[in-house]
Amino acid sequence: MKVSNALLAAARGLWLAIFGMATSILLLTLTLVSLVLTVLGIGLFTTPVMLAGVRAYAALRRRQAQAWADVGIPDPYRALPARRPGLAGQVEYCTALLKDPATWRDLMWLPVDAVAGSFLALLPATLFLYLPWGFVLALGVWKPIVRADGAQWYAFIPVTDQFTANLAAGLGCALAVLAVFVARPLLRLDFLLARQLLAPGWATLRERELAQRVDRLTETRHDAVDGSAAELRRIERDLHDGAQARLVAMGMSLGAIEALIESDPERAKKLVAATRADSAEALTELRDLVRGIHPPVLAERGLGDALRALALRMRMPVEVDVELAGRAAEPVETAAYFAVSEVLTNAAKHSGARQVWLDVHHAEGMLRIAVTDDGRGGAVVPGGQGGPGSPAGATGSGLAGIERRLGTLDGVLAVSSPAGGPTMVTMEIPCALR
Amino acid sequence: MRVVLAEDLFLLRDGLVRLLEAYGFEIAAAVESGPELSRALAELRPDVAVVDVRLPPSFTDEGLQCALAARRETPGLPVLVLSQHVEQLYARELLADGSGGVGYLLKDRVFDAGQFVDAVRRVAAGGTAMDPQVISQLLSRREQDRPMGRLTPREREVIELMAQGRSNAAIAAQLQVTERAVAKHTSNIFGKLGLPPSDDDNRRVLAVLAYLDRGDPGRV
Repeated sequence: MKVSNALLAAARGLWLAIFGMATSILLLTLTLVSLVLTVLGIGLFTTPVMLAGVRAYAALRRRQAQAWADVGIPDPYRALPARRPGLAGQVEYCTALLKDPATWRDLMWLPVDAVAGSFLALLPATLFLYLPWGFVLALGVWKPIVRADGAQWYAFIPVTDQFTANLAAGLGCALAVLAVFVARPLLRLDFLLARQLLAPGWATLRERELAQRVDRLTETRHDAVDGSAAELRRIERDLHDGAQARLVAMGMSLGAIEALIESDPERAKKLVAATRADSAEALTELRDLVRGIHPPVLAERGLGDALRALALRMRMPVEVDVELAGRAAEPVETAAYFAVSEVLTNAAKHSGARQVWLDVHHAEGMLRIAVTDDGRGGAVVPGGQGGPGSPAGATGSGLAGIERRLGTLDGVLAVSSPAGGPTMVTMEIPCALR
Repeated sequence: MRVVLAEDLFLLRDGLVRLLEAYGFEIAAAVESGPELSRALAELRPDVAVVDVRLPPSFTDEGLQCALAARRETPGLPVLVLSQHVEQLYARELLADGSGGVGYLLKDRVFDAGQFVDAVRRVAAGGTAMDPQVISQLLSRREQDRPMGRLTPREREVIELMAQGRSNAAIAAQLQVTERAVAKHTSNIFGKLGLPPSDDDNRRVLAVLAYLDRGDPGRV
């Protein structure tokens, strides 16, 4: 098994070396010529074709690396612009190709492959081929060679008589045994060498990482803007329909009282009482509104006590365990508070839980919150890790809403809720305490 | 009766001063910040302090902290805390030392001058004055408990008013029954909840509050 594997590796290496060296040199030469011809304009048309060839060749090598030596080489190329017709489109396309660092890394790979790569690939086959050659010499072929005054070196052995020819055969055996062990590693080494240049370079990786970050930031910024706009609309509506309307009513009542105070003091008195009740109502509404914007306990005491106060207001018992050595930034505290509030409300409404545990602590630059209940489970975040435009992005149901709100702070939400319970909602927000 | 008043909004402070003076209280000092309040409480030794929870310079719960600190210095120092919002958490902290002479009311309660002044007098006399909202929250949390479930609707009304700190006479007036009927209800309530009977009004109220605020013996 080992021998046949090694022989297969050697054969593949031989193929890589011969086919590879020829193709690499050919492609490199043609591409370089094409690049030089760009000055004359012809290159604009030939270069994309040549580069497509280079890429196809590199792609073949990536596939071989995966299939033959289990070496994964990721694709490094940037997305190319759509090809527009005409000279302008050609120039644009060609420029985009030449601006991609991966193109130049491919071109650097061609000579490296032709020289070092081919050498490595050829080595196992050579080691194996020494074996038959050694025996051929030992069987007498050394005689005509020496007679013809040819100096025959077999590796480091000068073959001049039967004894040295036998030595050569022995060495051939040893080299073949060595080849059995090193053939596969050598082939792998060849692919690893290719990976150095064919895999995305550091700059490309960094670029991709940044692109992903930009995507994420764009998404969460949209969420933040949408969220705060919706919030402002809600506050406006609440004020308009609530406190503002009540103040208008109170103003009208006061006008009526003014008119009645002398003619009908009894009715005036009743109106005063009603107006006072109205003012109390207005205050209650404002108080609820304030609690929805920024809970007073949060402002006065910070997250820990705000959550304790919240827990006390729930119908079911909530065991609160908070370990915070300081206060987090205000947006983090607010987001965490409302997230917990939403989760607790959900638990109270849907889970049928008899007990809830709330655990809050800060470790390794993360605020970690876990809410566990002993309810019936089966809670899901609609749409999962939904991006913008996904169903979750559109419906804004409870948990998905929390997820979006936490997302604006680079926080995450995870829900584990098997049918039958228990449900555990965990949240993490990166932040520092002060 | 000498009062120290702490409230940072001029209009409210002015209104409270006028209201309390109209009912015959003597305003020993009307201050507008936490440090001033601490000094006034230490130096003037008022009969009762009326304190806003949120005070400068920090605009956190500075008034509450000053009041709690002063009560640690002088146990039983009567303090009535006013706030725009009521939290069971704060009520619990005020009641924690179990010595009475505390009040915790929403600012709106000032609208009903009679009841507000009554609450101030009660606190000054070592009683309690808890906001109805705090009490109803406590009661609703305990609703599913078995001992609470055995109370009659009338007994529930009585326990609610009692927990607010009202005397038997005041409860009787509010429910339009005789004082003796209230006394009977209260002794029934104490029997059903398994609380030791007590003749002392204040201790009785504190026992009820402690019962309502305790964990859940019915469920463990």
